[in-house]
Amino acid sequence: MKILTCPMNGPRNINEFQCFGPVKNDPDPATTSDADWARHLFRADNSRGVITEWWRHVPSNYFFLAERNATTNEVIRTFTPQDAEARP
Amino acid sequence: MTRLPAPWGSRINRDKPVSFRFEGTKFTGFEGDVIASSLAANDQWMLSRSFKYHRPRGLMSMAGSEADTLVQLPSDPNVQADRHQISEGLQVTAQNVNGSLANDRDAFMDKLGRFMPVGFYYRTFMGPTRNAWLKFWEPLIRKKAGLGVLNTDATHQDYEKANLFCDLLVVGGGAAGLTAAIEAAEAGADVILAEMEPDIGGALTYRRDSSDLLDDLRTRATACPTLRIMTDTLVNGWYEDNWLPLIRGNKLFKTRAVEVILATGAIEQPAVFRNNDLPGIMLGSAAQRLMRHYGVKPGNRAVVLAANPDGYRVALDLLDAGVEVAAVVDPRAGGSGGDLADALRRKGVKILTGDITGAQGKKHLQSVTVNGQNIPCDLLVMSVGSVPMWQLPCQAGAKLSYDQDHARFSLTLPDAPLHIAGSVNGLSSHDAVTTDATRAAHQALARLDLPHRDIARVEDTEAAFANFEPTITAHPKGKDFIDRDEDIQVKDLQNATKEGYRELELIKRFTTVGMGPSQGRHSALATARIVAKATDRSIAETGVTTARPPFAPETLGVLSGHHHPAERRTALHQEHLRLGADMRPVGAWWRPYFYGDKTNARRLIDEEVQAVRENAGVLDVSTLGGLEVRGPDAGEFLNRIYTMAYKKQPVGRCRYCLMTNEMGTVIDDGVALRLADDLYYVTATTGAVARVYADMLFWNAQWQLDVDVLNVTSAFSGFNITGPNARQVVEALNSNIDFSREGFAYLEGREGQVAGVPVRAMRIGFTGELSYELHCPSSHALTLWQAIMEAGKSVNLRPYGLEASRILRLEKGHILIGQDTDALTSPDELGFGWAVSKTKPFFIGKRAIEMRRNKGLPRKLVGLSFDAPRDSQDVPQESCLVLRDNVPVGHVTSSLWSPTLNKHIALAYVHGDDSDIGTQVTLKCRNGKLLNAPVEGHAFFDPDNKRQEV
Repeated sequence: MKILTCPMNGPRNINEFQCFGPVKNDPDPATTSDADWARHLFRADNSRGVITEWWRHVPSNYFFLAERNATTNEVIRTFTPQDAEARP
Repeated sequence: MTRLPAPWGSRINRDKPVSFRFEGTKFTGFEGDVIASSLAANDQWMLSRSFKYHRPRGLMSMAGSEADTLVQLPSDPNVQADRHQISEGLQVTAQNVNGSLANDRDAFMDKLGRFMPVGFYYRTFMGPTRNAWLKFWEPLIRKKAGLGVLNTDATHQDYEKANLFCDLLVVGGGAAGLTAAIEAAEAGADVILAEMEPDIGGALTYRRDSSDLLDDLRTRATACPTLRIMTDTLVNGWYEDNWLPLIRGNKLFKTRAVEVILATGAIEQPAVFRNNDLPGIMLGSAAQRLMRHYGVKPGNRAVVLAANPDGYRVALDLLDAGVEVAAVVDPRAGGSGGDLADALRRKGVKILTGDITGAQGKKHLQSVTVNGQNIPCDLLVMSVGSVPMWQLPCQAGAKLSYDQDHARFSLTLPDAPLHIAGSVNGLSSHDAVTTDATRAAHQALARLDLPHRDIARVEDTEAAFANFEPTITAHPKGKDFIDRDEDIQVKDLQNATKEGYRELELIKRFTTVGMGPSQGRHSALATARIVAKATDRSIAETGVTTARPPFAPETLGVLSGHHHPAERRTALHQEHLRLGADMRPVGAWWRPYFYGDKTNARRLIDEEVQAVRENAGVLDVSTLGGLEVRGPDAGEFLNRIYTMAYKKQPVGRCRYCLMTNEMGTVIDDGVALRLADDLYYVTATTGAVARVYADMLFWNAQWQLDVDVLNVTSAFSGFNITGPNARQVVEALNSNIDFSREGFAYLEGREGQVAGVPVRAMRIGFTGELSYELHCPSSHALTLWQAIMEAGKSVNLRPYGLEASRILRLEKGHILIGQDTDALTSPDELGFGWAVSKTKPFFIGKRAIEMRRNKGLPRKLVGLSFDAPRDSQDVPQESCLVLRDNVPVGHVTSSLWSPTLNKHIALAYVHGDDSDIGTQVTLKCRNGKLLNAPVEGHAFFDPDNKRQEV
């Protein structure tokens, strides 16, 4: 079983976590076209290589980010949302 | 019964005879014997019939790796006869037998082999009619080809789970594993050594000239306080980050190791020739195991096929055990046994250069053909090479390649806290194996930051000539088995390549090679050699099929373990039971369904409804989700989460909460009470609160608003006092809250004390009657409940249960999220446009709700009622269809009898164009009857909502 390091709770078994999917660049709902908004809701890139994902440590309900190689399943780093680049 | 004298037979206790039955016949062995060894000691060599051709089969490996030794126990099918110990009175029967093992009525299958070519299943059993496979062939084949029989009346067994942690897990307790474990433990590491056999030592326990090394290692191991040795323990897989399941009997140890050394050893390979599956033909290690572990003489007259030094050692062992060795056959061109061969010659053993091309015998080996000559014998021992136990390393990411120089598979490890040592690493002699194990241990110690040395990898001079690459050609008459489990012969694999199959994974699926219980342990190398040759590729290019956990079969009990049902009870559970409640599970929670005698359920539920409509009732709503949202941005946060506006909500007021997801689908509802500028107390539905809580924090991880959310569901209990006389009840409470009509208006909320208990009071309810909901810390729940019941005595306040609550809410047309909504329900479909802010710049789902609104209204939830008698079947129940021009356009989501209105009431989705009040819609009852009814509003009772505001 994989170990994931939660920035709040330290290294824990992966079955304590829930993946909330890759971080998306949320478009502005006020200015985005219907087609683009539908794409935003329903289409995922499903890309190979390193992606940044939201993860939740379920017992503590803590959300954080992880850079993971979707091809090798290697987790490169985990970090808090505060540590992430400023988001729009 | 013939047994070799001690020290042969290290595992048996000759003082304790054990009797058991095999195929109805009584046999006697010794304590410590396995089924196969005690049968062999009694000259019973045949154990089963083969899968496809029903050929007689016996033991070959004594290592539990082939299907031929699987037998049936009364409560367990497919038990390994060469690993399962006998016990007094054990009843053992053979598997895959029609009739008896000795006279199998399906033995004629052996003669039909040429009519069953490879892939024959896929071609033959498809006709003649469309369903012939399911109706005829499949049951027939299942009966013919099955192995053990499951006993559905087997006695219950307990299974356990435990967690283990260590610095270093060593898999395999042979020379390499023991050495590595001892080296690491002596340096201070916390080490677990797992060995699947009942004793440590691995090949040292049966190999020639090994006892000194074994004694030395055992002594050193005993002196290591940080070394835990687990025998009879199977390591059944490797999972990410060194998580390994260790199975011992009925117990699963979930083990997390910082470092892992795989000293899993090597598997000896059989030779390929005609009739190589006859009982009496076995691997060199199997003969040694029989003699050294169980004191069983494997035969009287032996031929030894030796393509490596181990073969010559086995021949010497056989001589020591009093077995006549008719010949040692060395297939290597110019091969020489060196000193070992000289020792054999001195004892008068003939050493021939050549190969074995066939064996003869009916139910046991009678002779073998060497260089065209038949040599009579009842034992053929094969030592022609081995493959590393690649399964666990490959699961851990190791690459298997073929070392052409040494004619063997070799493993390349990934960059991970993982090491291999010993014969799995291609080494054979004791010196090389122990040096390699020391090297692996010190590599692990270095990674563990413990004292260590640098030790270079060693080459094994013995291993360099220990392998031999045979030329495998198909015998014209076949029966030269590659995979004994599946009765796969050389020509089957060659024919598969002629059919166009090149990739091993496809050849495996077409021929079923490697799919049996041995999972390619004895067939992978030969398969790779045959396929490589037939497709003109190298063995490295051909490779082996992917190894996946589990390594060996495991029982479902080990996986399931104890059942721990999640069950939640409110603080008043015992009190409800005392009041005679019929408690029922609702999700994880247990709730009162109604109160009183179970045989009068209908009357009592009606009375509970009536009490609320005409007098006063009280409901335990403690299961309701509770969330506290606190912080300067709390109002802004709720504005984004829910569809209504909360920033300007006055302190002391309640406001409805409707939650949609990004698709504009309604996912939850509740009520928010503003307790302070920066504090809201928000309720959520019982089933959804955990998800709502997670969603709230997920969104705020992105928004980073200055707000904290706390799930206080179990911290708070709540009671809803409802009915025309509810105010009389709450005004009779000893409280500092003004419950008067003037002092506490509809949808207001107050904090105060009741009977000394801190409470949050809200004028909200689900029944449509005058309602007060009192929430308090759960530790005070009983005090508050008792105070309410005491205050309610004067009006005869009645506790009511979930079923009455469901009826009351449906009479008011209040929706239940999840029952009246589904994964597509928008606020507009519920007629909840009023709850969706038109002025807020953003809330989750806003954009989607607007987009969906532009597409029109596909369906709408409406009320319907039916005047049929109460028990009539001509009433649409939940999930009955709503039809339009005979096409389904919606369905009934809730349907109940209303004792207040004396009619059936329901909520249902109808077509958007049919949603105006009075429109006739058609429904289909469960009995198929069609019914027309006019569309009504949601609220059947008190449609103007006057009663809740009095």
